[in-house]
Amino acid sequence: MLKHFGTAIRMTVISVIIFGLVYPFAMTGVAQILFPKQANGSLVVRNGKVVGSEIVGQLWTKPQYFQGRPSAAGKNGYDPTATGGTNYGPTSKKLIDATRATIAALKKANPNAAGPPPMDLVTSSGSGIDPDISPEAAYWEAPRVAAARHMPLDAVNAMIAQHLHGRTLGFLGEPHVNVLEMNLALDALHS
Amino acid sequence: MTGIGWLQAIVYFLIALALTKPLGLYMAKVFEGERTWLSPILAPVERAFYAIAGVREDEEMPWYTYMFAVLAFSAVGLAFLYALLRTQQWLPLNPNHFPNLAPDLAWNTAVSFMTNTNWQFYSGESTMSFLSQMVGLAWHNFVSAAAGIALAIALIRGIARTSVKTLGSFWVDLTRSCLYILLPISIVGALVLVWQGIPQNFQANVDVKTVEGVTQTITGGPMASQEVIKELGTNGGGFVNANSASPNENPTPFTDIFEMLLIIVIGAAITYTYGRMVRDTRQGWALFTAMSILFFVAFAACYWAEAAGNPSVHALGVAGGNMEGKEVRFGVASSALWAVITTATSCGAVNAMHDSFTALGGLIPLVNMQLGELIFGGVGSGLYAKIVFVILTVFIAGLMVGRTPEFLGKKIERREVQFAMLSVLITPLLVLVPTAIAALIPPGLATLNNGGPHGFSEILYAFTSTNANNGSAFAGLGPNLFYNVTTGINMLFGRFAEVIPILALAGALAGKKAVAAGPGTFTTHSPIFVALLIGTIVIVGALTFFPADALGPIVEHLLNLQGKTF
Repeated sequence: MLKHFGTAIRMTVISVIIFGLVYPFAMTGVAQILFPKQANGSLVVRNGKVVGSEIVGQLWTKPQYFQGRPSAAGKNGYDPTATGGTNYGPTSKKLIDATRATIAALKKANPNAAGPPPMDLVTSSGSGIDPDISPEAAYWEAPRVAAARHMPLDAVNAMIAQHLHGRTLGFLGEPHVNVLEMNLALDALHS
Repeated sequence: MTGIGWLQAIVYFLIALALTKPLGLYMAKVFEGERTWLSPILAPVERAFYAIAGVREDEEMPWYTYMFAVLAFSAVGLAFLYALLRTQQWLPLNPNHFPNLAPDLAWNTAVSFMTNTNWQFYSGESTMSFLSQMVGLAWHNFVSAAAGIALAIALIRGIARTSVKTLGSFWVDLTRSCLYILLPISIVGALVLVWQGIPQNFQANVDVKTVEGVTQTITGGPMASQEVIKELGTNGGGFVNANSASPNENPTPFTDIFEMLLIIVIGAAITYTYGRMVRDTRQGWALFTAMSILFFVAFAACYWAEAAGNPSVHALGVAGGNMEGKEVRFGVASSALWAVITTATSCGAVNAMHDSFTALGGLIPLVNMQLGELIFGGVGSGLYAKIVFVILTVFIAGLMVGRTPEFLGKKIERREVQFAMLSVLITPLLVLVPTAIAALIPPGLATLNNGGPHGFSEILYAFTSTNANNGSAFAGLGPNLFYNVTTGINMLFGRFAEVIPILALAGALAGKKAVAAGPGTFTTHSPIFVALLIGTIVIVGALTFFPADALGPIVEHLLNLQGKTF
C-alpha cells in the first residue's frame, strides 16, 4: 500500500505538470495567435472605449434601446461575476409574482405593442447574462423603440430582420437577436 | 414540440452513433497496447510518465492491487486539491485576489472533483483563482475521468480473460486514458470552442462602462481549455456558476451541440471497445441499443413537458414553452436534450437551470440519475453500471428457466451476484436515508429556495446527484455546513461503494474458466435480451425511487395543474 502512495504522488506531480499547466498554457498561446478576438472575450469597442462583450448581455433600461430579459445575476442583473438563474420552481409563488410584475411593467412601457409579451421577455435566463432575445420579442418591442427614436416602425422592423440570427445550419438552437448588436446598429444610424 | 426540435435530437444521436465504432476501436487498441497513429508523438511522453512515476508497463495487477492503486491515487488527489483550495490566496495566478476557501467548502469541492462529480457549492467566477481552476479542477477533470475509464477497462478484462488473476495495471490504464484519449480530443475541442467565442486568457476582471453607462465586470480566464475536458470527461464542473448556460462557456448553438457530443462520445464508444475486447461486438451494440431506447424515451418526456410549459405562467396571459432558466439561443428543445444527456451520463453540466424546469421536465433528469446513469453513462462508470445490470438480467433470466446463468461463457454464481447487488443496493441507501434526514432537521431545510413539494425535490435531487457522481443540481439549494459535509460524504461513498464491488467482480470473473456455449445458453445480444435488460433497469429503479419521486415532482405536477403556488 505504501508503495502505491509513492507512485500516486509521483503520478500526480507529472500529470499536474502536463494537464494542469502545460496544456492550458499551450492552448492559451495557440488560441491567442489563431483567434485573438474570441480568446480575449469578444470585446466590443466604440469610440475607442470597450463598451462590453458580444457574447455577454448587459442591462438596458432606456426606451430607445431594445431591452433584454429579466436577469437574476447580481443585485441589479447582468453581473458576469454572479451568473445564474432565479432557480424558482414551477409552483414558486415568487416566480408567479415576479412574472406578473414583469408583465405589468412591460405592458406599461410598451403601450403600442401588439398582444401580450413573448415568453422569453417575462422569464429570467439561466445565465443571467443572456445576450439575446427572440425575434418575436424584438418585434414586440419595436413600436416603443421606434417612437422613442422618432423612426418609422417599418425601419426598425427592417433592422430587426437584418440583424436576426437564424438557426445555425438551419436546425440548431433557436433564432435570436443580439441586443447589444441591435442597439449599436440603431445608435450608428443617428451618429 | 416541433419537428426541428426533434431533428436536433436525431442528428445529434446519428453523429454519436457514427463516432462510436471509430473511437471505440481506437480505444480498444490503446488499452490492448497496440500502436496507434498518435503513438509516434505520445509514446515518448507515455514512457516519461512511467519513468518518473516508477511504473513498469508490463506489471499486471490482481483486483485488490488495482483497487489499492485507485484508492491511493484518489487519496493523494483529494489531499492535493484540498490543500490548494485552502492556500490559493498565497499562490500565483490569482489576479482577482480571491481568498482561501473555508474548510467545509474546500472539503466538499475536493471530494466533488476527485470523484468525478463536480457538484459545485461555489460560484467559480467569484471563488476560484485561475491556478485552482487549472491545476486543481481541470487536472481532476482529466484524471478522475481517466480513472473511470481505467476501471471500466479493468472490468472488461475481467470478463474477457479466463483463469487468470490479473486485470492490467491501473497506472498504465490511467496514463493511456489521459494521453491517448482525453488529451488529443481536448486540444482540438478547445480550439473549436475558442473559435466559437469561449475566452482563453489570463486576464483579471475588467470593469467597463456599458452603452447605457452602467459598470459591468467582464470576466476572463482559461475557460475553453477547461470547458472541453469538463464535457469530455463527463465531469460537469463549470468555470462559472451558470455553467454551460453562460455564454462564456457555451456561446452559440454550435458549441451547444458540440459540447453535448463531447459529453456522450466516450460513453457511447466504450460500448464498442467492450464488444471488441470480449471479441463479440454484438455485445457492445446490444448495450448501445438498450441505452438508445431509454435515451429517446427520456428525451420525448422531457421535451414534451418543457414545451407544454407552466400552466401558472400561462394563467398570467402569456403563451409558450417553459423559458424560465433557459437561454434564448438554445430554446426549449436544446435545453431538454442537454438535460437528458447530462444526466444519462454522469456529466452534470447544465445549459439551463434544472430547478426551474416544469415538475415533470425536472423529474426526467432525476430519474436518469436514479437509474444509475447507465444510459450511455459517465466515461467508464456508465459501462460498469450497465454490466452490473447485464449480470443481474442474466441471473434473473436464469432463475426463470431454472438454469445456471452464464455470461459470455462464464458461470454467474453467488459471489458475482452478491457483488452486483451490493453496488445496486448501496445507491438507494445513500440517497433516500440522507434525504429523509435532511427533510426532518432545520439545517436541511434552512437553505431551500422553494417551498412545498419543490423544496423536497431540491433535497432529493441533491443527494441523488451527489451519490450518482453527477453534479447537476436543483441549484436553488444553497450551501451550509450540513450540506457541505453530508453531500461530500455522499459523493465519496457514491464513487467508492461502487468501485470496490466492481473491481471485486472483475477479479472474480477473471479467475473463472470459460465454458463452451451450449444450446441452452441465453444469448446476451438478442433483442429479447435488450428488452429484458431495459425491464430490469426500469423495474429496479422504479421500485426503489417511485415513492420518493411521488412526494416531489409528481405531486408538484398535480398541484401545478391546479394553479397552486408555495
